[in-house]
Amino acid sequence: MNTSLILLILAIIGIAGYVAGARHAMALVGGVSSKLHSRPGYYGSFVAVWAIVPAVVILFVWLVASPIYISSSVRGAFPEDVKAQSQAEQGLSYGMITSIARGMNALTRDEIARVENNPIELRTALGAKGVPLAGDPKPYMVKAAADLNTMTFVSRMLMTIVVLAASVGGAFSAYRQIAPRFRARNRVEKVILGSLVVASSIAILTTVGIVASMLTEAAHFFAAIPAWEFFFGTVWDPRFAAAGSGGSEGQFGLIPLLLGTLYIGFVAMLFAVPIGLFSAIYMSEYASPKVRSVAKPLLEVLAGIPTIVYGFFALTTVGPFLRDLSSQLNGLVTGDYSNFIQAQSVLTAGFVMGIMLIPYVSSLSDDIITAVPRALRDGSLGLGATRSETIKKVVLPAALPGIVGALLMTASRAVGETMIVVLAAGVAARLQINPFEPMTTVTVKIVNQLTGDLEFTSPQTLVAFALGITLFAITLCLNIYALYIVRKYREQYE
Amino acid sequence: MTDVVSPAAGIPKAKSVRRDIGIKRRYAAERRFRAYGIAALSFGIIFLMLLLWSVVSKGYTAFQQTMITMPVEFSQQIIDPQNERATNPQKLMTANYPVVARNALAKLLNVSVDDRVAARAIGQMLSDGVRVQLRDLVVANPAIIGTTQTVTLLASGDIDSAFKGQVDLTVSQENRKINDQQLGWMKQLSDSGALAKHFNGGIFVNGASSRPEAAGVGVALIGSFYMMLIVLALSLPIGVAASIYLEEFAPKNRFTDLIEVNINNLAAVPSIVYGLLGLAVFVNFMGLPRSASFVGGLVLTLMTLPTIIIATRAALKAVPPSIRAAALGLGASKMQTIFHHVLPLAMPGILTGTIIGLAHALGETAPLLLIGMVAFVANYPTTPLDPSTALPVQIYMWANEAERAFVERTSGAIIILLLFLILMNVGAILLRRRFERRW
Repeated sequence: MNTSLILLILAIIGIAGYVAGARHAMALVGGVSSKLHSRPGYYGSFVAVWAIVPAVVILFVWLVASPIYISSSVRGAFPEDVKAQSQAEQGLSYGMITSIARGMNALTRDEIARVENNPIELRTALGAKGVPLAGDPKPYMVKAAADLNTMTFVSRMLMTIVVLAASVGGAFSAYRQIAPRFRARNRVEKVILGSLVVASSIAILTTVGIVASMLTEAAHFFAAIPAWEFFFGTVWDPRFAAAGSGGSEGQFGLIPLLLGTLYIGFVAMLFAVPIGLFSAIYMSEYASPKVRSVAKPLLEVLAGIPTIVYGFFALTTVGPFLRDLSSQLNGLVTGDYSNFIQAQSVLTAGFVMGIMLIPYVSSLSDDIITAVPRALRDGSLGLGATRSETIKKVVLPAALPGIVGALLMTASRAVGETMIVVLAAGVAARLQINPFEPMTTVTVKIVNQLTGDLEFTSPQTLVAFALGITLFAITLCLNIYALYIVRKYREQYE
Repeated sequence: MTDVVSPAAGIPKAKSVRRDIGIKRRYAAERRFRAYGIAALSFGIIFLMLLLWSVVSKGYTAFQQTMITMPVEFSQQIIDPQNERATNPQKLMTANYPVVARNALAKLLNVSVDDRVAARAIGQMLSDGVRVQLRDLVVANPAIIGTTQTVTLLASGDIDSAFKGQVDLTVSQENRKINDQQLGWMKQLSDSGALAKHFNGGIFVNGASSRPEAAGVGVALIGSFYMMLIVLALSLPIGVAASIYLEEFAPKNRFTDLIEVNINNLAAVPSIVYGLLGLAVFVNFMGLPRSASFVGGLVLTLMTLPTIIIATRAALKAVPPSIRAAALGLGASKMQTIFHHVLPLAMPGILTGTIIGLAHALGETAPLLLIGMVAFVANYPTTPLDPSTALPVQIYMWANEAERAFVERTSGAIIILLLFLILMNVGAILLRRRFERRW
């Protein structure tokens, strides 16, 4: 029986249990529900919970554990000469066994009997059924495949029986417990509370998953490439990840990528910070409510536009515009109409990213500026300062820690931004300082290394995880520091 | 002494005593400061307009497609010369349909197909997609072989661009993809009404294609739809459950502090890191298929959860304590209070936050690239486990295409994406307006 059918049956048992439990509870008190400890629905839910939850847990554990058990026992039965081979080759053999097993399910009994001792014929027979094999199967593989099929079959049968038995048994024992003074509501609420706790720990699981998965993959990478070569290398030249080619190991220097990331982020902040900050000041201190009610949502639209759209805008509009502008300027000044700004450049990517970041800066600092107490402003205005003087000398200094926090959060966005730089910054990893030339970033390289065919064994692929953990660490530090500053600042007025 | 001052001299002196506090200069600074504010604000808004204008002006033409309507003779000679379609079903699938279409167009233009160069040029005016168009017609109804039918066929991408005026005709004809002879024919056809722009339904239903005129976002729409469904089905219940626990039940201890810090940090983790997580855990460790919208949905769920949790907690906080007190006072348990009273009252806020989270997830590209959704998928995925693409990823793939006609397609796809986002955001705003309650 397949899994979705089992789940469907469980759902039916659960519903039946609910109805039966509720009716049974009502019948026990002769239809006078006030004699029950809980409302009848809780008795029904109690039965349904016992029918479904343990069974689903068993099902899930079985589904995870049985393939691991089966694969290890099939591998354990490999002949000694195969066991002596490398892990990768054993993996290939195992892959072939699973395809043979899959193919054998499609063959009839007679056909299996005919091809069992003749591996070459087996390959053609399976090919005819649409299961291509990578090579000629060896005799031990056929036997292993048959074992695999039997074990899978037995495991499925056992699983179906155990799960359904657990469901019916759970429902039955819960049904037996129902009594007028039985505290069904408290039991059911405990289960609900448990599921709430489980749901909220998913946040922790995600963080653990991010850190653990990236650390393990990055550890594989650092086993092949020394960490100091990665963190302090100044040349990024990973070469190609061809399957099985051991010799061509590239150079994985983080420095050019990191500098590119920081440079582009810096240019972006150069545009975003003044514009965002002045917009926020204008909106919170000068604008009439009417202007504010129009301008604020309009700026927030900028935050809602997907970054891929910004990337496309940079690629097709801003980049060519800057390129043509530079060639015209160059022509006017020197008479030589060659462009000095490349279409893909630090400036293009930084400028467009800056536009994307404006709403982050403005809405975060708007909140912080508005939070500065009225009394501070009134005091300053009352002493005869103009509005701009009040802002410059009183409001901004008071809001400064918060604004710095907001800027740090924005910077972490700039560092982690991907699609704009993928389309507008270029792919050449170079160490240079001209903002009109292309540079590349950590995120661009993660995308480059992980799109296309991959192999989870080559350093060319695994380096993406080392880059990822670097990125994660940088943004995490920026954010924690920003939160720390913001929190510290908030306490000042309380 | 010096402090004895004659009253006559004092009056002019008092005037000069008034300190120059630079009121003019300060007011000028005030005006300048204000102008900076207006300039900054206008700069942001102007760029928003520029961005939208650049996308729309490039993309609106994608919703029209140049097509040629003409009588096509389904010649038995070309489709099935040996009359073997009864015995060989493959015959109708593999017949040379482009020649059928080319001959029809040549006849319409009064050009002999024996002129090899001209025939080739005519063939290039039609899309490669005519093969599929005509094949589907013939396979659906083999009886039309031997007859002449009026059919509307896709013109090639180059003709489409030229007809929409997107090709620079001042360039010499060696340097453009369409020569003067073809332009002449195009003019002739459009004068006779055979060649015209029609509404382009194909962009909504077609799958990936290397030919811009036949490419569409159909597969991407379905992939995105599956993902949104998965994100909604997982992140809404999990997010609401987590927020209820944190807001209503959680004791103040290390564990809940840890969760709080975690959620705040997860909201700021770059999206590409979620892609790495999905690749390592879902694809590599759990063995789920690459390029599947199921995996994409899971990754986007993890990414959206913090947003939904933060919005839900704000909505729960906004429900006044008097509601809780009243329910508890009437004998409801804490769980009943929350599920029967607090949660329904917080629902508009929760849904608004969810829709905004979904809109973000819909536009997210980077994590999907890593789990292999950059695939050339021409067939509709039937389940979420089949290979598929997503709308933003399709935009990314088209943006990388070199052909001019793909710029139009890309902008068209962006318009579709933005329309969906506007729809979701307007829905969220309406929901908030309709159900928002002030206590």
